[in-house]
Amino acid sequence: MSASLLSSAVGAIIRSSNAVPIAEIPALVFPALLDTLVMVSIVMVIVVAVGIPLGAIVHNLAPDGLFENPALHSTLSWIVSIGRSLPFLILMASIVPFTRFITGTNIGIPAAVVPMSIAGIAFFTRIVENSLRGVPPTLVRVARASGASRLQIIRTAQLSEALPSIIGGLTINTIAMIEYSAIAGTIGAGGIGYVAVTYGYQRFDHPVMIATIIILVATVASVQLAGDALVRAATPHARDRTARGARMPRAPRQLSNV
Amino acid sequence: MISIEQLTKVYGHGKNSTVVLDRLDLTVDAGEIFAVVGPSGAGKSTLAQCVNLLERPTAGSVLVNGENLSRLGERQLRVARRRIGTIFQSDSLYSRRTAAQNIALPLDYLGVTAAETKRRVGELLERVGLSDRAGHYPHQLSGGQRQRVGIARALALRPSILLSDEATSGLDPESTASIVTLLRELRTDLGLSILFITHEMDTVLQVADSVARLDHGHIVESGSIVDLLRDPESALGRALRPARPHVAAQSGQNEWHLTYTSPDVPADWVSRLAAALGETVSLLGASIETVDGRAVGHATVGVSNDRADVADGVTADDIAAAAGALGLDARRVATGTTASEPSNTDALLERAA
Repeated sequence: MSASLLSSAVGAIIRSSNAVPIAEIPALVFPALLDTLVMVSIVMVIVVAVGIPLGAIVHNLAPDGLFENPALHSTLSWIVSIGRSLPFLILMASIVPFTRFITGTNIGIPAAVVPMSIAGIAFFTRIVENSLRGVPPTLVRVARASGASRLQIIRTAQLSEALPSIIGGLTINTIAMIEYSAIAGTIGAGGIGYVAVTYGYQRFDHPVMIATIIILVATVASVQLAGDALVRAATPHARDRTARGARMPRAPRQLSNV
Repeated sequence: MISIEQLTKVYGHGKNSTVVLDRLDLTVDAGEIFAVVGPSGAGKSTLAQCVNLLERPTAGSVLVNGENLSRLGERQLRVARRRIGTIFQSDSLYSRRTAAQNIALPLDYLGVTAAETKRRVGELLERVGLSDRAGHYPHQLSGGQRQRVGIARALALRPSILLSDEATSGLDPESTASIVTLLRELRTDLGLSILFITHEMDTVLQVADSVARLDHGHIVESGSIVDLLRDPESALGRALRPARPHVAAQSGQNEWHLTYTSPDVPADWVSRLAAALGETVSLLGASIETVDGRAVGHATVGVSNDRADVADGVTADDIAAAAGALGLDARRVATGTTASEPSNTDALLERAA
């Protein structure tokens, strides 16, 4: 496998005239990476801003939620499911008129942000909803019995307690959006995925392909590492485990003082 | 003080409706600890949720210091809930908040200033003996310590009513004992009315002044602990006693069950009974203790030759009279029941029902 990759890389040195010279590859891929990062960052800001409230609303419209409403719950849930069920390419193509209405264009980064945000919101809504489901129901009862308003309950008993799980989901979501950005690249949004497809795939330019693969793997790995670190920072008992030995945050056991 | 009048809770509508609480009445005076016990599914948790106003009763009322709280609108209800502190099971702390931050929750919800919150939380931590644990997260605390945090949180807004919903369930005996001691201190120091809902009979005996047994949404029996323990007819009294098998009687002896019915049972009642009857009295099993400073107890004894048809023998009436003179109620244990003595509370309650 690696041998064949290597041989194609060597073979690529004597290449057709439209191939990108090796020395120019960094100038091609790094701006593309920046495009991807900009695109995914904008999308993730929108996804979090909409997905967290939406996830909390869907969760609390469900039976035993804070504002239970079966009709509204199934309507919203259906809309989210539709957003989840379309393959991204189809979703992107089918909402072109809407995209043009919002951004005034159907090419480039602004045009990619709209379908990516829609797909990302649907994804993240489910992740938030699922994370909230993991919070023990007693905590909501505690908050209500302590005189909390609904907004206070959602903030303290639900979202705050589910935070590590939500961050974990956000990591998965961000990585999925990096993947979607490659598809969005085909409508002229640019980005690393676009470079991989047009240069590496369509022109058989193997060095470019290899460079984009390395960069994508490194990017995704960094996002995952950052996400894991954030989850740990948000979880008190995981924090303990990391710091054990270094500091002493653990409670000394004192059986006499139960 | 808290009064529950004709409290009824029905879930569902029409044919599918289930009556969970059926015209329940009970009163907990200021400074009283009132326990409610019952098997699973009896309606205990529904009662708890009606009392802390998380569920609206279908009919009837919950009165706190004479004010009816069960007819309020949603917004007023939220304010009213602050007058009742609730202690939940020990897993009810917010895992991402320290002990101090957990205790501060009700104050945060109310919008108390940071300085005032800090002062009050300090007071409460000291009150429950956890001043040195303020910055610890729940997973760094023992079960008993977590429950102390839960109690401090319930007390944060200075309620006059404390509702304990299975607060000691799942705690080890040592932690349970420390929580019980704390609750008894609190009711004395703060004059709290405590409604203690539990399925653990042992804990009821340690903590409560009075107890009611809930079954199928009804209170089937209630009274002060001491009265119930002194009443040989009481199923609840029997369920409160430790139910351990006694040793077998010698042949020729019959087994009798004795219950302390008076506060003045002499400590040497075994020898006095033997002397009064002129027969050997063998002690087969007994439990004698003080509850609220008053002696209660029960015993199983073997007495020889109590057949009524033997001319010079001791009759059953003789035994009942001799025991009665000592402040004991005596009942012959029906043969064949000793071996199948139920050893757990639920079975006892089942049988009593």
